Amino acid sequence: MTTFWSIWVIVLTLACLALCFGLLVWNMKNYVGVEEGESCGHEFDGIEEINNPLPKWWTIMFFATFVWAVVYLIAYPGMGNWEGLFKWTSSNQGITTLAESKQATIDNQAAGKRVQLDQEIAKADERFGPVFQQFAKQDIIELAKNEEALEIGQRLFAQNCSQCHGSDARGGLGFPNLTDKDWLYGGTPADIKKSLMDGRVAVGMAAWGAALGEEGVDHVAAYVLSLSGRTVNQKDAESGKAKFAMCAACHGVDGKGNTAMGAPNLTDNIWLYGGSQRAVKESITNGRAGVMPAWKDILGEDKVHILTAYVYSLSQDK
Amino acid sequence: MSQSTVASQTEYNYKVVRQFAIMTVIWGIVGMGAGVFIAAQLYWPALNFDIPWLTYSRLRPLHTNAVIFAFGTSALFATSYYVVQRTCQTRLFMDKLAAFTFWGWQLVIVLAAITLPLGFTSGKEYAELEWPIDILITVVWVAYAVVFFGTLIKRKVSHIYVANWFYGGFIITVAVLHIVNSMAVPVSLTKSYSIYAGAVDAMVQWWYGHNAVGFLLTAGFLGMMYYFVPKQAGRPVYSYRLSVVHFWALVSLYIWAGPHHLHYTALPDWTQSLGMVMSVILFVPSWGGMINGIMTLSGAWHKLRNDPILRFLVVSLSFYGMSTFEGPMMAIKSVNALSHYTDWTVGHVHSGALGWVAMVSIGATYHLIPNLFGQTRMYSTKLINTHFWLHTVGVVLYIVAMWISGVMQGLMWRAVNSDGTLMYSFVQSLEASYPFYFMRFVGGVFIVVGMFLMLYNVLKTVTAEKGVLQAEAQPA
Repeated sequence: MTTFWSIWVIVLTLACLALCFGLLVWNMKNYVGVEEGESCGHEFDGIEEINNPLPKWWTIMFFATFVWAVVYLIAYPGMGNWEGLFKWTSSNQGITTLAESKQATIDNQAAGKRVQLDQEIAKADERFGPVFQQFAKQDIIELAKNEEALEIGQRLFAQNCSQCHGSDARGGLGFPNLTDKDWLYGGTPADIKKSLMDGRVAVGMAAWGAALGEEGVDHVAAYVLSLSGRTVNQKDAESGKAKFAMCAACHGVDGKGNTAMGAPNLTDNIWLYGGSQRAVKESITNGRAGVMPAWKDILGEDKVHILTAYVYSLSQDK
Repeated sequence: MSQSTVASQTEYNYKVVRQFAIMTVIWGIVGMGAGVFIAAQLYWPALNFDIPWLTYSRLRPLHTNAVIFAFGTSALFATSYYVVQRTCQTRLFMDKLAAFTFWGWQLVIVLAAITLPLGFTSGKEYAELEWPIDILITVVWVAYAVVFFGTLIKRKVSHIYVANWFYGGFIITVAVLHIVNSMAVPVSLTKSYSIYAGAVDAMVQWWYGHNAVGFLLTAGFLGMMYYFVPKQAGRPVYSYRLSVVHFWALVSLYIWAGPHHLHYTALPDWTQSLGMVMSVILFVPSWGGMINGIMTLSGAWHKLRNDPILRFLVVSLSFYGMSTFEGPMMAIKSVNALSHYTDWTVGHVHSGALGWVAMVSIGATYHLIPNLFGQTRMYSTKLINTHFWLHTVGVVLYIVAMWISGVMQGLMWRAVNSDGTLMYSFVQSLEASYPFYFMRFVGGVFIVVGMFLMLYNVLKTVTAEKGVLQAEAQPA
């Protein structure tokens, strides 16, 4: 806020409070010209007004709120650019990136400001941090058998993951099912933790529509479906097999996929973007790309560790 | 009050008052009926019948527009036109313009009732109507101001009565609020976009939103209170000086209170605390109005025993006092952290809307109708009494249900497990609210049944032969 607008706000605020204060003081005196308790002397459609004094308790309450208001506006931000004696702010203002946020926290601490959000996060870390630290050093496979850890992991999942993967973790169109044994980026504890920590950005399925032509797409789709044992037109599939070479670069010659680049296995009849002929043709024609966000900055490694154990446990036979 | 009725029928313009008074009752039934229907939808979601224009999202703005702008504002038009004439001892300025405000306003309401279910909305709460209707509102409102202030100017008494200060303040401020908040860039006849962006848009919206409450639903109805309470009680107004302080303090403080709708949002900290400070001070002048109304009954308390109209008016003041205590409390940031986005807010609004606004309007209308139609009393005082109890029980059921479910939601949303994760999902808090949604629906049914009794009573009074309904002998 510029100095002009800051002064504008301060002047208006104080003028409003002063006006109300003056009004109150003025009306505590009897200026009406008749005795208190008497009628003011005018009459409107039969209604008269009595010149009664302001109720004392009400007047005291009014003064009390003025005192409180002035004290509050000195202690906290309110009057334009005045930042308040407590140097309180709700959060780091004007930041656009995580790095700026971290820097602002350090700067504000040095400047003696009380940033409420930072304080609340610090308090929460202090209170809840030990709960996660005690599990952080344990092996994920062991942790996946720990009831308490799984319960915590399930809650973290419900709050952070279920929006895409579903509360039962069975995923949906474009969001992988986490309870089966099909893993785009690998299903070992280390792979899962990496997916959670850093996120995954799919290399992306290229759009083959232009290169293959409509007929070509039909044929490749037939072959791809046949890999999962689906009944297809054999002639189409034969013709598609010849063209599959260009797919093999990512999905492998046998179509079993490649977890290094997140290329799905095409032989297990599990379809991230739908397994109908139409959906498969759509994938081939226009390509696909998915993104898993990174959680290390939002949740921190300790929480991701427990979450990994929970996600890992989902696909293990019980 | 009745001795001058015959003479005043010709002296004053009562036609437009009669029209607005009757429509107050009809729009009351429509608006509150819509409220009961959407309350039922929250309990039985199947009641939207999978028809888009019967969905909660479209009927909710229809309900709020109908009760605020159809029911409440019709009551304000009726009473302000009546009060300004009688307290200025002069006929309304420009009969034709007054007639235009009636038909223009009814057109606004009908257009709202058509466009909102069809899904045309600017997306601003309590200001959903699209730009062509906004322009019509502006034109009608300016006409209203001309009629009202024109009448004030040609008054035959030297002073301006306090009721007219409040009506005047409400008319001017609502015009300013409506025009500033509705500024938009039209892209078609049915769609426009606000000229403000981001946090500024939100601030302008809630500057409007809270002052729609502060000026339309408070100042306007205080004007109503200042005429009908002393008139019905037959007592002088308690304190002239109190009315001076609380009028000026109320209008100068209310305009700052909007930011409390945006606590803990992207609104700058200074704006939030300033809004909170002004909201808290506002508590005192608000109570000034309640004190002045209730103390006006000094020496007339016994009248409450036999006069259900006076009971409506006095209980409305109690609800006014209660919700103007609750409001500043909810504006305090740490209380707001619990109450915001919960049903507590809904309960607070309705203790103001059903307890204060509706009850004072109903009381005023029961006072008006016989005076406007050449009778001494309403057709049935017993029915007014029944209406009073139905309404009171309905409001209490409603707000108690919302208090419980609101505080419960607030507590459930912030409850954490030993690991810091949330203890409840949103759906669990919704499940816990169900019994109270049913209780709220029952409260609403009580209120609408009462409104139907009112309609019957009004029709019987209006159609009775002139002068037949004479004052009943007071029971000993």
